[in-house]
Parts: sequence; structure tokens; C-alpha cells
Amino acid sequence: MSTTQNEAGYGTVNGVDLDAVQQGVADPSTTVLSARKLIKTFGKVIGLDGVDLDLYPGEILAIIGDNGAGKSTLIKACTGALAPDSGQLYMDGQEVSFKTPQDARGAGIETVYQTLAVAPALDISANMFLGREMRRPGVLGSVFRMLDKKGMKDAAGKSMANLGIATVQNMGQAVETLSGGQRQAVAVARAATFASKFVVLDEPTAALGVKETGQVLNLIQQIRAKGLPVILISHNMPNVFEVADRIHIARLGGCAGVITPKSHTPTEAVAIMTGATTLQRG
Amino acid sequence: MSTTTAPAQQPSTAAEQFALRRQSPAQRIQHVLHAQPALSPLLVLIVAIVVFSLVNPRFLQPQTLSILFQQVAIIAALAIGQTLIILTAGIDLSVGALTVFSMLIMASLASSGGVPGPLAILIGILVGTAGGLLNGYLVTRINLPPFIVTLGTLSIFLAAGLLYSGGSNIQSTALPDSVNWAGTVIQFGRFRITTGVIIVALMAIAVGFALSQTKWGRHVYAVGNDAEAARLVGIRVNRVLLSVYTVAGLLYGVTAWLQIGRAGSASPNALTEANLESITAVVIGGTSLFGGRGAIIGTMIGALIVYAFRLGLSLAGVDDQWRVFATGVLVIVAVAIDQWIRKVKS
Repeated sequence: MSTTQNEAGYGTVNGVDLDAVQQGVADPSTTVLSARKLIKTFGKVIGLDGVDLDLYPGEILAIIGDNGAGKSTLIKACTGALAPDSGQLYMDGQEVSFKTPQDARGAGIETVYQTLAVAPALDISANMFLGREMRRPGVLGSVFRMLDKKGMKDAAGKSMANLGIATVQNMGQAVETLSGGQRQAVAVARAATFASKFVVLDEPTAALGVKETGQVLNLIQQIRAKGLPVILISHNMPNVFEVADRIHIARLGGCAGVITPKSHTPTEAVAIMTGATTLQRG
Repeated sequence: MSTTTAPAQQPSTAAEQFALRRQSPAQRIQHVLHAQPALSPLLVLIVAIVVFSLVNPRFLQPQTLSILFQQVAIIAALAIGQTLIILTAGIDLSVGALTVFSMLIMASLASSGGVPGPLAILIGILVGTAGGLLNGYLVTRINLPPFIVTLGTLSIFLAAGLLYSGGSNIQSTALPDSVNWAGTVIQFGRFRITTGVIIVALMAIAVGFALSQTKWGRHVYAVGNDAEAARLVGIRVNRVLLSVYTVAGLLYGVTAWLQIGRAGSASPNALTEANLESITAVVIGGTSLFGGRGAIIGTMIGALIVYAFRLGLSLAGVDDQWRVFATGVLVIVAVAIDQWIRKVKS
């Protein structure tokens, strides 16, 4: 059996012993999120075949995999968009279960969907605070239910600035007038602002050009720099190898292994992903 | 590592220079209208007022304007509810039928039913609200398109009203003062404004405020923009839709009361053109039939345009069919402008 595992094992990333991770023995109390033995079937089709997933504090975890490998199903099962048939989820060592995406949001998980989930005709600050609007203080807010538009605009501008997004200046601009990369930046900034545990990004660079992709990758690193772990689902190997700390390779509803950009090359990753090579475990 | 995005660079390629070219006047207009969709109907209204007053100076006299306000009030009121529904990318074809149904119940309870006036008004308004709730229920729970739902309830409310009233007309003389109250005239200098007109203005201000200043209003726009996106950010889309149809029904119920005061009777044959007129006012006012953009102020201007044309053309001695003709042109132009400004680019 061929193996791409290097002789010295995986070493450590961010203080995490990757050899232990490979053997599936991570203690959920050391992770931000741990999924154990997730199973999800759609009739006769197996979506998830007993997958484990671990997300450590302060890391960017990429999830790669071929179409139908179970990337999206895995992430949906972790963020309340799909209920797994069986298996456990732990956040900070506590077992949790999410029945809706709102449950996951309530627990501090923010997801940026491929569709971005923005209202095109509303402006940037309205979109940043959509579903979490701030009211004005005092009687105007409590009795007249007035929105604190200025407060939201200022806060939106501040979060965009904190993330180093300089391409968008006017928070009163309608989202439909923005470029694809700018829209993505708004959606990512929203997630980064409101997430307290981690952020999930589903193919954030799929529709972007080279320059805008670079900006979004920069943004992802900004989020990590703020101390928030990120789960990045992507098809794009160069992007993944540029920013990820660890790479979870989904294959046939399971996990073909977890590698790092240091331990493997993109070519090896593709080989594992497609089944041309198998990764020896434990 | 360096984290801030580089400041705007000098255009280097031909394409980047092209992208930074000066906007053409048409593009600038497109941007202004995109930011303020009520601007084009406002211009039309101003031009119409100027032209009609030049043709016949009587047009701008307080008496004429008082008549204009009284004529426009009912359709303007119904168009408020219609705006709410169209903002969610829906449409309400049952507006006239539901208003007449509420009105007939209100009037018969107060006349032959022997119910005290205020209670009859309240029951009538509740019937309108329940009708709106029924529309909303069918749209959200049974998942039917608003066009089909309200096409169905249009016939249902119409038939129910006729069955209940036996098709007879109830004159104001048979009704208590409270039911007729909306026709009371208040003199403001040389203006003769009815209480009904004032109530419509208050309704417009209240709903306009709720739409532009509250969380609920923002969610109405979000649902109309993209219902799936709204759901993903945690907005309870069905609850917002149900509230919109119910509030619209409530507004129709209040308008039923105003209509009795305005017409001096409760007739099953009233408001036969209310469906199309309310939709016309909304569309001319710059609210998009595709949902998610528009405002009450635009709708009020739209309603005023339709009635200013009617009054102005009749004062100018022009055949009333030209008013109908002009309304048709305005609707098509308004939707064409909406299509154009929705294609705005950064």
C-alpha cells in the first residue's frame, strides 16, 4: 500500500499533536468543535459514513474533497442545516445538538453560504445587521421601535475597517452595486463580526477573480488573527495550501485523512482526495 | 504580514482606465433613481401640476385641490396595503372585494343589525383583518402563489359580501354618525379636508415609519429581496409574510369605514376598479413588482398622479378616455424605469 505519510509523523501545528489527531483520539475538551461518528443517509445514498472532524482553537481548517465526497453534508450536519442520523457534536467539550441553523448561530457559529444570503437592494450596514438589528436607546427604541441606523452604520464601518476591507467605504451603498469580491467581503465581515466560536466559509472564492480571491484569503487570515477558528470548504488547492493550517480530506462520505500544507504537496492531496493514494492511519 | 488592502491603485490596464471613465448623464440619472425611486414619480407629478394649472388656472385653487385629496384618499389608503404586499414580491387582487365585504358587514350591522356604531366599525375592521390573515395563511402555509390566492379570495369576498347584503345599498341616513364620521368636513382656510383624508395621511405616515424605521420594515424588504437569504440570516419569513397580509387586511378594514363616509353609502357596487387602481398607484410610485424596493411615499405620489391626471384632464375639457390612456402609458413607463434602475452597476 502506498503512503504519503512522512517518516517523522505530522509534528504539531499550533500546539496540536497531529499524530494524535490522525489516530482520531483528540479529546473534545481541547477542540472548539468535534464531530464524532456522524452518519447521514439520504434513502440509499450515504452522505456521511461515520465521519470525525476536529477544529482546534485559532486554526484554519480546510475541508477539501471531490464533488459528492460529503463536504457540504458534513458542514451542514455541524451547523444545524441538516440533522445527522447519528453521531455526536461537541463544542468546547460539551455535547451539543443543533436542530436549525439558528441554533448554531445562537451557539456562536456563523456560516457564509455560497449564495451569500444578502438582500441586494439593502445597503451594507442593513445587510451586516440583517436579523440582528439594533434599536435606538431610550423611548425612541423601546416605544417607537426605531432602528439605530447610525449606530449600525458606524459599527459596520468599524468591523469592515478592523478586517482591513478598504475596497468598500460607504456603508450606505446598496449591496447590488458592489462587485462579487466586495459582496463576499460583506458576507464574510458579517460572519466574522457575529461569530463567537468559529466561522464556516463555503467556497468563498469560487466565483472570484485572482485579485479578489487574494483579498478574500487575506480576510480569512484576518479572522484567524482575531482568534477565531475558520472552516474553509474549497475546491481550490492553491488557495487551501496558501491559508490552511490543516486540511481535512473528505472522500466517499468519510475522511481520507487530515494533512497539513507542510506534510503534503497539493498533488499528493489531490491523489488522496481522488483515491489514487491512501493515507496510512495510526 | 501586511493586512490592509492596498489603497486604490492607479489604473494600469486599458480596461481599468475604461472602468474609471466618467459616467454618462444617463448612468448618473440611473444612480440617482436607484437611490431614490420616488424621484421620477415626483417629477411627473410636478410636471403634471404645472401643465394642468397652465391649461386651467382653477386646477391649483384650494377648492380643486380639496376635491383632489378627497377623491384620491380611498385608493391611496388601499394602495398602502397593496404596497406592503408588493414589497414582499406578492400582489393582492382581493383588495377591493375585501374592502367592500368589510364595508357591507359594518353598514348592515350598524343599520338593520342594531349594533352600536363603534362596535359595528370594529367588527368590520376585524373582518378585513381576518380576510388579510386568510390570504396570508394560504400564501405561507399552503404555499400558493399570492396571485392565485387573491384571485380566489377576490371572488370569495365579493360573493360573501353580496350574499350577506342581498345586493342592497345602505344609505348614510340609515347609519349612525360614527359610521359616517369619515365624511366630516374640516375647514383649513379655503381648503375643505375631510376627516377621512386626515386618517389616510396618518395611515401612510404610520406604515411609512414602520417600513423605514423599524426592524419589521427592514425584514419586509429583506423577504421581498430574497426570501431564501432572509431565511438563512434567521428572519422568520412566513411570519413576516403573514404579518404583511394581516396588516394589509386591517388597513382595508379601516378604509371600508372611510369609504362609507366618502360615498355617503355602503354599496356592493363600490370600488370595482380598486384592484387595478391600487396596483397602478404602487407601480407608478416606483415600487418594484419584483419586490424588495419601493416606499409608501412613492405610492402616495403615484395615487396623486392618477387622480391629478383625472381631474386635470377633465378641467382641460379632454375626453376622460385620455386619462385612462395616460394612466396606461405611465404604468408601462414606470415598470420600464424600474427594470432599468435595477440593472445599476457600481
